[in-house]
Formats: sequence, C-alpha cells, structure tokens
Amino acid sequence: MALIRTDALTKRYSQVTAVSELSVEIEPGVVGLIGANGAGKSTLIKMILGLLPPTSGTATVLGMDIATDGAAIRGRVGYMPEHDCLPPDVSATEFVVHMARMSGLPRTVARERTADTLRHVGLHEERYRPIGGYSTGMKQRVKLAQALVHDPQLVLLDEPTNGLDPAGRDDMLGLIRRIGTAFGISVLVASHLLGELERVCDHVVVIDAGRLLRSSSTADVTAASPLIAVEVSERTDELATALRQAGLGVAQVGLLLEVDLQDDTTYDVVRDSVSRLGLGLIRMERRRHRMSELFATPTGATRVDAR
Amino acid sequence: MSTPGDLAAQGPRPGQGVIHDLGYRHYDGPRLSRGHLTRALFLESAKGAYGLGRSARSKVMPMLLLAAMCLPALIIAVIAAVTEVDELPGGYTSYVLNVQLLAMIYVAGQAPASVSRDLRFRVMPLYFSRPLHRIDYVAAKYAAMTAAVFFLMALPLTIMFVGALLAKLPIDEQLPDYARSLTGALLVALVLAGISLVIAAVTPRRGLGVAAIIAVLAILAGVQASVQGIAVEQGERTVAGYAGLLSPFTLVDGIQHSLLGAETPLPEGPPGTIGALVFLGVTVLVVAACFGALVLRYRKVSI
Repeated sequence: MALIRTDALTKRYSQVTAVSELSVEIEPGVVGLIGANGAGKSTLIKMILGLLPPTSGTATVLGMDIATDGAAIRGRVGYMPEHDCLPPDVSATEFVVHMARMSGLPRTVARERTADTLRHVGLHEERYRPIGGYSTGMKQRVKLAQALVHDPQLVLLDEPTNGLDPAGRDDMLGLIRRIGTAFGISVLVASHLLGELERVCDHVVVIDAGRLLRSSSTADVTAASPLIAVEVSERTDELATALRQAGLGVAQVGLLLEVDLQDDTTYDVVRDSVSRLGLGLIRMERRRHRMSELFATPTGATRVDAR
Repeated sequence: MSTPGDLAAQGPRPGQGVIHDLGYRHYDGPRLSRGHLTRALFLESAKGAYGLGRSARSKVMPMLLLAAMCLPALIIAVIAAVTEVDELPGGYTSYVLNVQLLAMIYVAGQAPASVSRDLRFRVMPLYFSRPLHRIDYVAAKYAAMTAAVFFLMALPLTIMFVGALLAKLPIDEQLPDYARSLTGALLVALVLAGISLVIAAVTPRRGLGVAAIIAVLAILAGVQASVQGIAVEQGERTVAGYAGLLSPFTLVDGIQHSLLGAETPLPEGPPGTIGALVFLGVTVLVVAACFGALVLRYRKVSI
C-alpha cells in the first residue's frame, strides 16, 4: 500500500497557487520532501494531515482519504511543526504525556510511552525540568517526541534541523534515520537543505512552486553514476556532435559536457575527439550526480532524458 | 506491551526491513475516541484551573481564592451551629453576589492560564494535528472553566448547607434556597467563563489578559451599580430593574429572583414576566455568543 498518494492535488489561495496538479505516489520509508521556501511543502503537509481542504484533486494517506478521514489520519500520523510550539512552564514529561493523551492514549500508557519516547530521542534527567530552560536541540527533541509518542505509522517532520548547530544537526539526522529503520515508522521530512536529505532518505520528492519536479529513490539520484564531465576551451557544440557520432550519450550543461561512461575506452574516445578537433582540454573528470543538480536543471529534462 | 510475536502479527510495517532490537516498542492497544479526548482535555483543564498538575506556584492563587470564598460560609455555618438560630445568618442566594470580587479575580487569573498559553506559544497546531476537532477544544475549555468557577461557588454554598443541617435547621426550609443558589452559581459560571475565555483568547499575552478581564468585569459591575443607584433615586423603577442586565452577577441574580423565586439583595429586580424572560434571554444569548466567538477565534488559528 502506498504511504501517500496524491492525484492532481491542487491548493489555490486567492492570489497564489501553493500546490498545483501534484500527482505523486510515495512508498513507505524515509522520504524527503525538498523545495525552496515557499515551494508548497507546508501546504502539502497540512493537506496530508486533512486540515486543509484541497481546491481540487484527491489524496490518500495510509489508505485513508484526506477529504473524509482527516481525524482517523491524524490519529495515526505524527506532526512536528517547523516553528516553536512548546510552552516554557511545563516539563518535557508533563507536556508529552498531555500530548499523548490528546492522541488518544489511556493515562497509564501515555506515561509509559512518554518515558520511552523521551529516552529514544535522547532526553534524560533534564526531562523533569521546565522546557523554558532547554537548548534549541533539546526543544527539537521534545517536538519530535510529541510527534512519536502515540506510535504513529507516519511522522511528518517540517524542517526538523532548523536552528541546530552542526553537531545537533547530525544527531537529529541520525535520529530520523533510526525512526525509519529501527522504529519502523515511515518519515516524511520536509527541508530546503538537500545535503541533509541525501544522507537520510530512501526516496526524495522535489517540488518547486507547487509542482512536482521529480520523485525518485535517493540511490537513483546520487549514485556514483558512470559519467564524466568534460570541459574544453571552445566549440563545445562540435565536440558534443562528434561524441554523439561516436555513439556516446552526451548532455550539455552550461560549459560542461557530461558524457556517459561506458567503459575505460570512453576516456580514449573523448581524448581522441578533443585532439582531432584541435581543442584545449581543460577538464575531464569522473563525477556523480548530486541532488543539488535537481535544482540546477529545474525541468530535469536534459539530465534525466540523457541517461 | 508488545512482544516480538505481536509485532510479527501486525504484518509488515512501513519502512521496516528488519526490526533491530533497540528497545522501541510499538503500541497496538486501544486508542480513545474523540469524545474521550475531549473529556480528558476537560478534566485536565478543570484540574489545571486549581493548579493541579501544574507547578506549585500556580496552585497558590486559586487555592487562596477558594479559601477566601469559603471563609464567610464557614463563619456563617459555625455561627448557626453554636448559636441557636432558626435560620442562617446569611442567605444562599445572595452569597455569590456578596463575594463577586473574589470570583472575578479567580476567572481573571485562570482563564488566561487555560487558553492564552496554548495560543501564545503556538501549541494549537499540535492539538489540531491530532484527532481532536477545533470545536472539541473550545467545548472542553469552556466546560472546564465553567466547572472550575461553579466549584468555586458551590463549595461555600455546600458548606453553608451542611452547617445548617448540623445546626438542626429544618431541611425542607434549607433545600429550596440551596438548590436555587446552585442553579444561580451554574449560570454565573457559564457567563463568567464565557466572557473571560473570550477576552483571554484574543489577548495571547497572559498579563494583558488578566488585566483586561478584571477591568471588563469590574467596569460592568461598577456601571451596573451606579446606573441602578441613580435610577432608584430618580424613581425609575423599570430602568433600575433592567440595570441588572449590565453585570453577570446581577444578571443571574435577576433570574434567581424572578424565575426561581429567591429573595434579592438588590433594590430592584427584573420588572414583571417580560423582565424575567429578558434576563433569561440575555443570559442564554451571552453564553451562546461567547461560545460562538470562541469557535470563530479558534477557526482563525492557523496550524
């Protein structure tokens, strides 16, 4: 069963279209939702929670319809907002117990699971102190704990590493990975930081201005793909033509040519073609795709089609 | 709790290749319904209005006020017991009106504590991302504040009633007024809780909320008293009667007097049957308007 499936999902406000004709199917696992600020990530999350009715289109979460089963979805989904959402005058334990009860856990279960969950997210003795005195990292952990305490099937994390220092960021990413693997809870993590999602996600969904740019597995995107980048002093077009004639897949990206690496003879073909045309070879290197390229070529056409 | 067998029985869970035993336990026990959640929120909020389940510091004010509310009742009960009187030295139905200042201070302190915090620190999205509906939150908070204020007034009334029975006063003389006063206390609680929650919900800064509630209630009481006083002096008995509409306490006193048959300490009660119905209508309207305003207010809270 798909974790989340959207079909032409659209949310239009009076002036702007936040999400536009989004059709995507997401399988269980750790899924990254990437987009620049304002790309529609938060709007999509609110619709997934069944809190924001779409203008048109449909979506199901865990097999439940967002239009009709909102409350049921929210019972089995955890949500960690991007912004601060913790009252300063209660302890983490008191707060998470309360939120566990608000998710429908009976009182004693709420206590037990709060203790467990706070331990899992790495809050120990400090959990009895008022939240007001916590560091940003500790607060993020409390926010995560309240999203996990009722053992959801899916947690939605909106920019979970916001405001964290590099060490805190690593801890949080490790925790997210562990939620997906060791805890067996699917994660949808929204971020504008590509590098982070590269590290923890099985699958990434890229949206821009409310439209789906791409949905594919992280391995596909970032695999050390057999590709060599070639930069020459001039007449890049001619070289591209020559290489194509030699039977190689070539994509032109700015000043660079990206050539599919078939085997070691590919290097020879490139070298020979360059010298035959009398060009200066500035650079020839093996490289792998990085997620950041998804934004460099917004339509994805050049890159994806060439492969 | 979950054993490995339970986990296997659940079938494949999302994202799970292998369950590494790092101590995470799944939960497949009961999950309570919306109604249960609302009740849980109601109970926690009602207890919270007396500082129960909150910090020691937040217990001080409500407990002091509760004690202050009960002290006169206790004195009345003791006097009734030691001196051989044939009726209580103070009436049930005028009691709340006499200690109204304490009740005002109480709601001014507790209504913001109940709702402002969740708004100011943006806790609301965490509620909304759970099965609870927005109207459930409003209903639970309103009911909880009403219950807390009702308890604040019902306890001293009950102390007086018990004192009267201990003094061997005839129960059939005591019971009707006691019942009237409890009905009145419930109505006052509904009106006070409504007004104070609405003010608290639109002033997320707690200190401002406290001041605003005190100010509004005190001004209403002051305006009511002066309008009624002037009208009585001028001989305008109808105006004097309707002046009771201006403050929650006199509004409910009017209902107690005209519809429930209690005596009133005010110079003038609601005029005639029409007056009685107007007082009842205004009470219902105020409560409905407060609830409606809260629902509208929380509909605007974004997640």
